[in-house]
Amino acid sequence: MYAFEIERPTTIADAVKAMEHDGAQALGGGQTLIPTLKARLAAPDVLVSLTAIGEMKGVCMSDDGMLCIGAATTHATVAREAAAHFPGLAGLASHIGDPAVRNRGTIGGSLANNDPAACYPAAALGTGAVIITNTRQIAADDYFQGMFTTALHGGEVITEVRFPIPQKSHYMKFVQPASRFALVGVFVAKYADGVRVAVTGASEDGVFRWSEAEAALSADFSAKALDGLSVDADGMIGDLHGSPAYRAHLVKVMTGRAVAAAA
Amino acid sequence: MPKDHGIGASDKRREDVRFLTGAGHYTDDIKTYGATTAIFCRSTVAHGIIKSIDTSAAENMPGVLAVFTGADFADVGGNPAGWLINSRDGTPMKEPKRPVLAHGKVRHVGDAYAAVIAETELQARNAAEAIVAEIEELPAIVDMAAGLAGDAFVHDEIGTNQCFDWGWIEDNRAATDAAIKAAPHVTTLELVNNRLVPNAMEPRCSIGNYDAGNDSYVLQTTSQNPHLTRLLISAFVMGIPENKLTVIAPDVGGGFGSKIYHYGEEALVLAAARKIGRPVKWTADRTEAFLTDAHGRDHVTKIELACEKDGTFIAFRTETMANVGAYLSNFSTATPTFLHGTLMAGNYTVPNVYVNVKAVFTNTAPVDAYRGAGRPEATYSIERVIDKAARELGIDPIAIRRKNFVKPDQYPFVSAAGLEYDSGNYDALMDTLEKHIDREGFKARRKESEAKGMLRGLGLNAYIEACGIAPSNLVGVLGSRVGLYDAATVRVNATGNLSVMVGAHSHGQGHETVFPQIVGEMLGIDPQSIDIVHGDTSKIPFGMGTYGSRSLAVCGSAMVRATEKIIAKAKKIAAHMLEASADDVDFKDGQFTVKGTDKSVSFGEVALKAYIPHNFPLEDIEPGLEETAFYDPANFTYPSGAYACEVEVDPDTGKVRVDRFIAVDDFGNIMNPMIVTGQVHGGLGQGIGQALLEGARYDADGQLLSASYMDYTMPRADDLPFYTVDHANGTPCTHNPLGVKGCGEAGAIGSPPTIVNAVVDALQSAGKNVTHIDMPLTPLRVWEAMHKA
Ligand SMILES: Cc1cc2nc3c(=O)[nH]c(=O)nc-3n(C[C@H](O)[C@H](O)[C@H](O)COP(=O)(O)OP(=O)(O)OC[C@H]3O[C@@H](n4cnc5c(N)ncnc54)[C@H](O)[C@@H]3O)c2cc1C
Repeated sequence: MYAFEIERPTTIADAVKAMEHDGAQALGGGQTLIPTLKARLAAPDVLVSLTAIGEMKGVCMSDDGMLCIGAATTHATVAREAAAHFPGLAGLASHIGDPAVRNRGTIGGSLANNDPAACYPAAALGTGAVIITNTRQIAADDYFQGMFTTALHGGEVITEVRFPIPQKSHYMKFVQPASRFALVGVFVAKYADGVRVAVTGASEDGVFRWSEAEAALSADFSAKALDGLSVDADGMIGDLHGSPAYRAHLVKVMTGRAVAAAA
Repeated sequence: MPKDHGIGASDKRREDVRFLTGAGHYTDDIKTYGATTAIFCRSTVAHGIIKSIDTSAAENMPGVLAVFTGADFADVGGNPAGWLINSRDGTPMKEPKRPVLAHGKVRHVGDAYAAVIAETELQARNAAEAIVAEIEELPAIVDMAAGLAGDAFVHDEIGTNQCFDWGWIEDNRAATDAAIKAAPHVTTLELVNNRLVPNAMEPRCSIGNYDAGNDSYVLQTTSQNPHLTRLLISAFVMGIPENKLTVIAPDVGGGFGSKIYHYGEEALVLAAARKIGRPVKWTADRTEAFLTDAHGRDHVTKIELACEKDGTFIAFRTETMANVGAYLSNFSTATPTFLHGTLMAGNYTVPNVYVNVKAVFTNTAPVDAYRGAGRPEATYSIERVIDKAARELGIDPIAIRRKNFVKPDQYPFVSAAGLEYDSGNYDALMDTLEKHIDREGFKARRKESEAKGMLRGLGLNAYIEACGIAPSNLVGVLGSRVGLYDAATVRVNATGNLSVMVGAHSHGQGHETVFPQIVGEMLGIDPQSIDIVHGDTSKIPFGMGTYGSRSLAVCGSAMVRATEKIIAKAKKIAAHMLEASADDVDFKDGQFTVKGTDKSVSFGEVALKAYIPHNFPLEDIEPGLEETAFYDPANFTYPSGAYACEVEVDPDTGKVRVDRFIAVDDFGNIMNPMIVTGQVHGGLGQGIGQALLEGARYDADGQLLSASYMDYTMPRADDLPFYTVDHANGTPCTHNPLGVKGCGEAGAIGSPPTIVNAVVDALQSAGKNVTHIDMPLTPLRVWEAMHKA
């Protein structure tokens, strides 16, 4: 780690101001950023901790039926408090990392980081969530722009995420054996007007929607509906834990299992 | 009836109280006044020529006290290999120097070429980053076969990447070849014994201290054998006289082999402490642990099993390439040879065995003994090829093993690989295993799995290993440059309690609990009044440390001998006190009694008398009650076992789940069943980890791809099943006083082939023509094997 200053604002306005420092960086739960700092792979001058900002924490329902989650809400809180409204999302949150990670890591940090193997991006894209920042609202379809790349500008802070609640949904994660991030994770969400399928862990372009499966499942929401489909291995990630062909195969298997388990 | 105290009782581990309440004292916990921090600069390339190292900027940075490079150690000795192996042609192995800091060349990613000592860790890290090394990258030698064939060398001065080409037993080669040629059936299997990173929970840490007043040094370090470390530093690396160097290994958070060896960082902190006149501490971070702790295994083997059509074994023949990495670590030449080749007859009466091992230098981290050390490699090869042969011949896997087992009336049995097994009963172990596994029920369980779309397999295995590593006479013949005895001093204090100083280091094994159980029973006193002292060369007799499941069999035997001497002397004192002849005094349950009378004194009264020798026959008996014994056994000990497991394989994803695991072991007599069970559990965890999860993987450039827990899969609790462990019916070792064999490594030795055999069985049950998958059997590998089949 290099030496740095730390600020702990209690309002979004103060956080945004603190982020104006040269070399400032937001600190959520630190579950990604702290290991990065320890390895000396990042050298921010000022860390702006977001975890003391009350208005960025908590889970609630909006008047228009969206599930609203403050960006500094931990995975553990989401697992607990979203369970009644949106079990598919609560289930996803409850399988991120281990209890220590879930008690620290935040939804905003996960979405800002956009790790290609992270879980939340699949839920955000798979539901068409809205990412709300200190300056604007970004549709999930516009937000994710490839591995570790998002629509966020420098200094922009995610404050909240709003999820349209599906009739049925499920996140099926096949874990990378070492990290237990998603080797392939598929979020399936069924709405009155159709089905969305988002895949994380698999593609070199980060989280993506599997449109053929969406069409097939919109017509027939059953694992059988996927029978004739296949995923192209081209552009899939190849590493120690999975070849492109293996990942492409798992996308279909996990999608089928997510549909079967959707509630 | 299980005993409730003494030998054979499941006393709870007294050391756990301090470990579990955070009261342990590990090396990094030691805070010394004036301590400074050392940070190493490590190569980011696998192979390269050091053109220049510019330390000038670093030297002038805040807090920097000293900077070292390889040039500072060019004249000091190299860290040697402990065993001299001769090649088949009689030439000695190639032994390039292993320097304290890389000089001239860097030879693996993580190879340290410079070190900074500074007031604080932050200052040391900043300065280390300011050191500018110009390193001309060379192509990396990673693949062993390519390394043997090529003309680029890890060590240019030896002009080859082959350390040795060893044959065991060379005189049996021709007969084995002929037997295989004439055999009615030969099963061949090529396999890889995967490279592992030891991953002790506590990373390595060393603190160098120098006392200018006495010109003496203290090294506090994470070691499994402080005396061996002292010997290596004194006699080979730095020339510090042994009487001027104390090595202390306090609580050590796991070793698994990786902390047997002396490492350059230990020499560096001593040299630096002398130079700056202050204590110097280095603590590895996890990345350094991955890159520089000696790794384990890494064999590429072709094994052939020749047999009759009825399954009678005729010969085993293997060709192995064993990776030793960039430098020879201390046991790296013994592990693939004498700890492996000598076990290649397994539990079997096979008449012909020939083993060829070529050790190969590569631009990877040094490879050395890791829990099991050589015996897992032997067992894996033998038991995998037997399974394949059974399938080819259509013989039941248990029947083929039983057919070839050494029988109980054949001991002592000299195996075709040259060892003399003293005791065992492999059929009895298999009988017990068969009771536990419920083979009839397996058929129904397989059906249940299939109904869920899963495949179920049953894997079986029998193993033998050699441990209690010692006999100096034998290991000397085999090439060891050290003796392998151990030592204990039993000190009875005046008030009747005891301090027992032992050469074996305890870092998870439970010596602090078990050793007092034994001495307590021998002396008829409460084990709670006995404490074990270990890990400090200034306090304990010269011991060879803890590895090779040797602590109880070797050091425990020394402790028994020392305790016997205590009893003999105490009897004399008691006889004097009772005014009787020592021959007429009986000792039982802590009381000395004159035969046929009710005259007696207690052990405590005798102890007090020994230290308050008023009216003492000083011509016959010295005051005090303290005895030392060194023990050097007659042979290795030979634990054996029969293992089975059931796995479920998800054919859609390739994921393997271990449903149940049964380990039946013969460890000889059992001193503390609970601790033995714990040792087996730990070994099984590591063995199942090797079989399914763990793999250190380098790319073609010599970069370690699995250099963190993001990519190196450690076994977690939910990867492991509940175990059935049975070690109730052992056959005692015939040549040590406790009749014990050693249990620390068995689980890691016996489990990998059991798992792989089970997975192959599962895939075969679905009609897949899969005869082998290399470990670790990750979902990817299992899925790929199924898709190719
Ligand atoms: C052992 C372990 C296992 C894990 N397993 C999983 C897993 O299975 N699945 C999974 O999805 N993740 C996993 N994670 C990652 C975890 O979910 C992290 O919590 C998450 O990726 C980052 O969230 P954080 O709050 O910790 O962010 P931080 O680490 O604090 O920050 C990450 C990045 O986001 C930025 N940032 C943080 N908050 C905001 C904000 N509100 N607005 C803008 N930028 C922000 C930071 O500047 C930084 O660049 C794991 C982590 C660990 C350590």
